[in-house]
Amino acid sequence: MVFNFTAFTYIVALIGDAFLIFFAIFHVIAFDELKTDYKNPIDQCNSLNPLVLPEYLLHVFLNLLFLVCGEWFSLCINIPLIAYHVWRYKNRPVMSGPGLYDPTTVLKTDTLSRNMREGWIKLAVYLISFFYYIYGMVYSLIST
Amino acid sequence: MSAYNANIVPPPMAAPPPNGNQFNGQSAPTVAPPPMQYQQQQQQPVQQKLPLQQQQYQQPPPPISGYQQPGVAAPTVGNLPPPPLQFNSNVINKFLPPVTTTAAPPGPGPNGLPPHLRPTPTQNGPPSMINGSNGAHSSANSSRTASPGLMTTAPKPPPPTNVANLTSNLQNLNLQPTNGISGPPPTTQQQQQQQQQLVHKDYRGVAVGAVGNNPPQLDTSGANSLISASGLTAQVPLPNHMASPFSATNKLISSAPLNSSSARVFGNAAPVAKPPQSSGQKILYGVQATPDQQQHQQQQQLQQQNQQNNNLQRPPQAAAPPPTAAAAPTGASQAWQPTQLMRPPVPGVPTMQPLQQAQAPPPLAKPPLAGGPLPPQQQQPGYPYGQAYAQQTALPPPPTLQPPPPTGGVFGVQQPNQAPLQYQTQPPPPPVQQPYGASNPAAAASPMQFAPMNVTQQGFSQLWGQDTIDLMQNRHVLSPATLQTPKIVLHNQFQESINCSPNIMRCTLTKIPESNSLLQKSRLPLGIVIHPFRDVNSLPVIQCINIVRCRLCRTYINPFVYFVDSKMWKCNLCYRVNELPEDFQFDPATKTYGDVTRRPEVRSSTIEFIAPSEYMLRPPQPAMYLFLFDVSIIAQQSGYLETACAVLSRHLDEMPGDARTQVGFICYDSFVHFYSMADGLNQPHEMTLLDIDDPFLPRPDSLLVNLKECKELVKDLLKQLPKRFAHTHDPGSALGAALQVAFKLMQASGGRITVFQSCLPNKGPGALEPREDPNNRSSKDVAHLNPATDFYKRYALECSGYQIACDLFLMNQQYSDMATISGISKHSGGCVHHFPLYQKSKPHMVDSFRMCFKRYLTRKIGFEAVMRIRCTRGLQVHTFHGNFFVRSTDLLSLPNVNPDAGFGMQISYEESLSDVKTICFQAALLYTNSEGERRIRVHTVCLPVTASLPEVMHSADTEAIIGLLSKMAVDRSIASNLSDARDAFINATIDVFNAFKIAQNLPSGQSGQLIAPRSLALMPMYILAMLKHPAFRVGTSTRLDDRVYAMDCMKTLPLDQLMKYVYPELYKIDALIYHARNSNVSSNQQEDEDDDDEPLPDLPRLQLSAEHLDSRSIFLMDCGNLIMLYVGLNVPVDVLESVLGIGSTAELADYVYGLPSVATAENDVLKRFILRLNYDKPYGPLVQIIRDTSLAKGMFIERLTDDRSESSLSYYEFLQHIRAQVK
Repeated sequence: MVFNFTAFTYIVALIGDAFLIFFAIFHVIAFDELKTDYKNPIDQCNSLNPLVLPEYLLHVFLNLLFLVCGEWFSLCINIPLIAYHVWRYKNRPVMSGPGLYDPTTVLKTDTLSRNMREGWIKLAVYLISFFYYIYGMVYSLIST
Repeated sequence: MSAYNANIVPPPMAAPPPNGNQFNGQSAPTVAPPPMQYQQQQQQPVQQKLPLQQQQYQQPPPPISGYQQPGVAAPTVGNLPPPPLQFNSNVINKFLPPVTTTAAPPGPGPNGLPPHLRPTPTQNGPPSMINGSNGAHSSANSSRTASPGLMTTAPKPPPPTNVANLTSNLQNLNLQPTNGISGPPPTTQQQQQQQQQLVHKDYRGVAVGAVGNNPPQLDTSGANSLISASGLTAQVPLPNHMASPFSATNKLISSAPLNSSSARVFGNAAPVAKPPQSSGQKILYGVQATPDQQQHQQQQQLQQQNQQNNNLQRPPQAAAPPPTAAAAPTGASQAWQPTQLMRPPVPGVPTMQPLQQAQAPPPLAKPPLAGGPLPPQQQQPGYPYGQAYAQQTALPPPPTLQPPPPTGGVFGVQQPNQAPLQYQTQPPPPPVQQPYGASNPAAAASPMQFAPMNVTQQGFSQLWGQDTIDLMQNRHVLSPATLQTPKIVLHNQFQESINCSPNIMRCTLTKIPESNSLLQKSRLPLGIVIHPFRDVNSLPVIQCINIVRCRLCRTYINPFVYFVDSKMWKCNLCYRVNELPEDFQFDPATKTYGDVTRRPEVRSSTIEFIAPSEYMLRPPQPAMYLFLFDVSIIAQQSGYLETACAVLSRHLDEMPGDARTQVGFICYDSFVHFYSMADGLNQPHEMTLLDIDDPFLPRPDSLLVNLKECKELVKDLLKQLPKRFAHTHDPGSALGAALQVAFKLMQASGGRITVFQSCLPNKGPGALEPREDPNNRSSKDVAHLNPATDFYKRYALECSGYQIACDLFLMNQQYSDMATISGISKHSGGCVHHFPLYQKSKPHMVDSFRMCFKRYLTRKIGFEAVMRIRCTRGLQVHTFHGNFFVRSTDLLSLPNVNPDAGFGMQISYEESLSDVKTICFQAALLYTNSEGERRIRVHTVCLPVTASLPEVMHSADTEAIIGLLSKMAVDRSIASNLSDARDAFINATIDVFNAFKIAQNLPSGQSGQLIAPRSLALMPMYILAMLKHPAFRVGTSTRLDDRVYAMDCMKTLPLDQLMKYVYPELYKIDALIYHARNSNVSSNQQEDEDDDDEPLPDLPRLQLSAEHLDSRSIFLMDCGNLIMLYVGLNVPVDVLESVLGIGSTAELADYVYGLPSVATAENDVLKRFILRLNYDKPYGPLVQIIRDTSLAKGMFIERLTDDRSESSLSYYEFLQHIRAQVK
């Protein structure tokens, strides 16, 4: 049992993933609030938009770590999500600030439900990868 | 079937061919006479609605010589063909000003108000009255009609007077509850009635049998169709034995066309039946003066054609009246007189003759019985002329022809109302549609003697508005029948009569599919288009302490709620049972207690509440107006400022607002200039803000000043402003900075910011770069439809939070990036006006701007508004279209609302609706009016739910669908790209026709036909027009700003204006001119039916194709914000002189604007016609006169969207394309 860089990577990934899970939960809650009229879309977008880039960057950062330590499988399961993030951010509405959500369109039923779905799916992905990271961490600690 | 034709195609302009009756009668004797009676009665309701017409019939017959001598042509005035029957007059009228109503209808099309609806201002009152004691009568009657068995026991004709009164009562009750004015008919008429009644009785017996044979077809779709088609049903069952006697009479009568009393009974139409001489005169318009035999055959053919056409065509000659129709006294007489009385050719049209003749089918060449499709060319393309003519030259009918409208009412009344009830109560299973398939055009085309069953079915299908049209066969689909707004048929008469006016709220489907899967099968979009703040007259306004609303969903109480008992009501949206407050039992009108149903809330589906204080977040704001003028060098060159200031100065007093009204002005070029009009000053002070990157207010007060107190200063300023910047050379335009200070200025109170921009903002915050590539204007890929920056959008959102709306007048000389700038209006509930290439040297632009700006200043305005759309549980609003900010899923924030703003909403399903019979949409607009009163305007529309796919398809409202599709397409082109949107249009059309094919169980595969329900017959035409519209066209050079503006219009125009914008109305105004000439002679005969002077003839709308143009006529195209008069090359000099005051077309310059004033009846009648077209428009549009050889002709030709252009398909080609795609 050696505490090597791989194990360190997984530990960081676990912590980071916990944050990502929080982001996803927050995302879901925020859109649910929108749906049920608890929040004004402008306020809601103002609170959501600043979180988008940090989430993406954190996710990319974790994968960079995987890349560095050669954890190819972990990297692979995350690549689709990275690609999605890149695509998503490239196609964001015209905005001067960072972020994805435009208060004028965010309440369209299509957009709303898509965002909701995205939140749930991401939450699931993060949760699954969280458990996988635990496994990876333990495995890397044991195997070496 | 032809009977059906006459009816459905409302006779108004249809001027059914004179000869049709006769021939029909002979060719298919079985079907002849009894139906006439029936028909007549059916039409009664219509008649009744048309006081105008009644009078016509009562007029003494013109001298017979009249029509033999062309010179005497005058007396026609009275003979307006009846307007299209099918309007919900009650509802519509409610919203029309009683006075001007007559002038109102923009056109003969169903969109406009048919004249018959107008003269009943009393309807503004509570329509709900029906429920009163009279209700019993109607229900009794209804039950009678509903069950065929009872028909045979129809009451003996009571003494004539009674009958008359009773029937008129009934009619009043059922059709026009409030319009009870019609007096008892003259005694002769009563006799007539009596006789008719008798006949009826017999006939009904027959009819019953026939009805029994056919399983009732579904669809209770429309009272319209009922009324119009009822004649058909009657016709269907006619046995031969019945027919023969009458046919005999017919002949008799026809040989002696003038009216004997006997002729009255059976053959009011007799004269119609036999107009050989007249037909000879009519040659021009397509009926050849052939020997009778030939005529017969031709007529038959034409009839068949008509059948095929499913009544969508009203060819003058071929409008072959249904055989049975011959006898229908009212309908027939209306329809036919004109032809009878045909004048010799009027100078304008004679050229048509050869054409028409050529097109009339050869006498012997009958189309195959089974409905072998006629080649399109054979379809009397010339009908418009004929119609026009018929109208012009029609003489007042001989007195004997007048069936007193109220007579025969028993049947007429009952039928239309009852039949739907009958079937509604026992909704037919979808399979019933099966036989229906048979009633497709092929079947329809089969001659009637052939297939009585088919005829029956067809009759039924029409009766319930389920007739179909083969579009490939009917290129001329634009007719009153297809144009009419589909009526909403509810189970409850009372509710039908008070449903929300289609002008205010319209659903794309007048029957809601019960589930999402059914909706998907129909491939139709579900949504509503709404014009919530429309100017309406006689809007019930009530003030009460507590407004009754559902405690769960906050729905306002409305006519469609269910009263459990006198203390409880059940919400029709969420089904919660609520308590009624005590004071709700008090009727403010009569000041009595007791009946809840008399409350205005329950009697009107459009109502306005004066809101108590709990509806205010803050004290109602005063009216605040801030004007931002661009004074850069480009703006000065365009010279708009002069006009704007002049108009503003003139209309300062008329701007809505109370004593607290405040105004302010800011000018901006590279810097921002403020004008302080503080108290002690004797002239305004200018302050210039140089630091535009960090703008601030130079002083806290006096920039917005009270209008009343400082009027002199304001006027002074407005006088000085144009001079002040006349010699500026500043090319900059710091729009962003100016907006920011404007925001700071208005922040405290909210209000309206009006921005005049004439170039690309290029200084300070929000500066933009030119994006458009002028060489790329006709390319397929249109880029830059999206804003370049979100600066303006964010600004608008900020504004909307502070109840500030920004309106934009863009008067640009060059590309100004409207896509970006218009963001300030789009998201703040403002409006956008665009005057491309505005130059003060172009007087027409100046005029146009002046009118628009005047309307803008003086129209009503609602401040700090919100609008909420509620729908019945199971539905939800999916997407909103329009200018607003969506603040929550069903709440629109509208800092300002104006009467010219329209909105659209797509509706989606949350759950199935299979357990409900009706659904409702309620739009509630809460706003502060200019007097500082908080008000709530509530519109409720109620729609039936159906489980049958064909019913859904047949109940579609094409115009609303087009309105919604256009909004969706704009979204699509912005979110994706233009070609996607164009494809979506075409796919939507194909899908719909595919779906209909499936719904009808038509064989799949290519069939050479393109079957459309009547309700959707115009869809391909409109879609094609849409594809050629500046908003969506490709291949034609279109400036980006123009395109973006057109798209903005698609999103925000109210439906009636949008339809004119997409598919302009084209009229041939010859009929008007001859009408005017004739009315000079016969004006004394013309009773003042209308509110002003004599009524204008209803001109038929023409499809937008050059095939309708001819060089001897003048055409008028109403594009909404522009009216074009197209003057043919060979218009007779006398017409030119009297209408335009010119001696020859050569005197017209290339660009002529404004209708010259000439003191002639023709000029006057044209003006009145234009006035009528303009009635519903926000402001009178510019009139442009285009001579045939003028440079401006391109503008006119460009709008003929049915024709082929170098980059787009013609209508027929488009149809073929669609057909090829429909599997």
